[in-house]
Amino acid sequence: MKYIDEYRDRKKVQQLVKEINEESKTPITLMEVCGGHTMSIHKFGIPSLLPSTINLVSGPGCPVCVTDRSFIDQAIAYSRMPNTIITTYGDLIRVPGSSSTLDIEKAKGNDIRIVYSILDALEIAKINADKNVVFLGIGFETTTPSTAFGILNAKEKGLKNFTVFSAHKVMPPAMAALIDEEVNIDGYIGPGHVSVIAGTDMYNFIPQKYGLGVVVAGFEPTDLLTSILMLVKQFESKQPKVENQYGRVVKPEGNSKALKAINTIFEPCDDWWRGLGILPESGLKIRNEFAEYDATKKFEVEVEPTRKDTACICGTILKGLAKPTDCKLFAKGCTPENPVGACMVSSEGACAAFYRYK
Amino acid sequence: MCLSIPAKVEKIDGEMATVSVGGTIYKTSLQMVDDVAVGDYVLMHTGFAIQKIDEEEAAEALKTFQEFEEMNREMDKEQQA
Repeated sequence: MKYIDEYRDRKKVQQLVKEINEESKTPITLMEVCGGHTMSIHKFGIPSLLPSTINLVSGPGCPVCVTDRSFIDQAIAYSRMPNTIITTYGDLIRVPGSSSTLDIEKAKGNDIRIVYSILDALEIAKINADKNVVFLGIGFETTTPSTAFGILNAKEKGLKNFTVFSAHKVMPPAMAALIDEEVNIDGYIGPGHVSVIAGTDMYNFIPQKYGLGVVVAGFEPTDLLTSILMLVKQFESKQPKVENQYGRVVKPEGNSKALKAINTIFEPCDDWWRGLGILPESGLKIRNEFAEYDATKKFEVEVEPTRKDTACICGTILKGLAKPTDCKLFAKGCTPENPVGACMVSSEGACAAFYRYK
Repeated sequence: MCLSIPAKVEKIDGEMATVSVGGTIYKTSLQMVDDVAVGDYVLMHTGFAIQKIDEEEAAEALKTFQEFEEMNREMDKEQQA
């Protein structure tokens, strides 16, 4: 079994499309809140397969896109400290800060290194004992446990020159905020890999409090179409609930080892989301017991004032209130080569996905 | 960036494993998963195996498709008859 080919079978796709067409009667808007789903949906041309009754919109599912510009500004400030190495996932390197990017700072000679894993950052810290190594921790539930294990491993190895600058976030508060703000959606295509870690029970409040269905979905075409069909059936029968289409990796209780590591290292805090503003308990900060691994506690830097955008409508797009093509900068002043907003930088951003596959 | 990829475990050395993604070899940490053996499939994200892939569940999902396919074929036959 290869786990991929079978889930891309043309015949199965056709059958699912046929059943969706038969079941869908009332117009419905479904939102995906995972950047990976945004990519898959556009890569496989899912919207073109669906009847006109089904409208798909992208939500705040790309960590890079929802991260505040001031985070980039502060990361740049760290990179300008003497004897410092910044380690980061590639996703962040080209995101515009107020007056620069990590990429530009790297070209100027600051030591900024792209890593695939926090484990690589630990290795860099080990062989550069005379330098401070700062790891930029961004991402949702899927990515947070690796940062937590990174810090636990640093402690175990006695690394004194390793810190994390965390902008980790959790997804459910954002899903609730969108409904509270009366964004017009009828159901959520639930994030697959976030749920691998955090489980499916954390969404129960959405049908209970808001009457909206959540189907946790995989990333292959048949996964997405099956999930859309499940949401359509829930909607037509007026029975919103949490369902798990991605059972081959997602368990209701999530991954207990990963959750334990997150809770050991992090505690909830209010956090700022592009487009949504400050959401209570939507972010994760490093607990005081681990302050020596927290860059914000260890270093004091002067950060430039955050510049606000004018024409970029990333915030409105992240709320599903506008499509990328509604932005007057789209494909004109703002392209993946020369991005203005974060949604065009990250390959998972709605703007970048639209640009690449439309 | 939550994207995670299925990888086949080729070798285990303590908490680290050598895994293959369609022939490309990676190192991945097994700190987040239990009872992984050589030959298992895991979901890999930023250098960590975040979950074992449940072979039964994967097979079950495929079986549902196949049953659905079968049902459709029979319905088509009935319509033609």
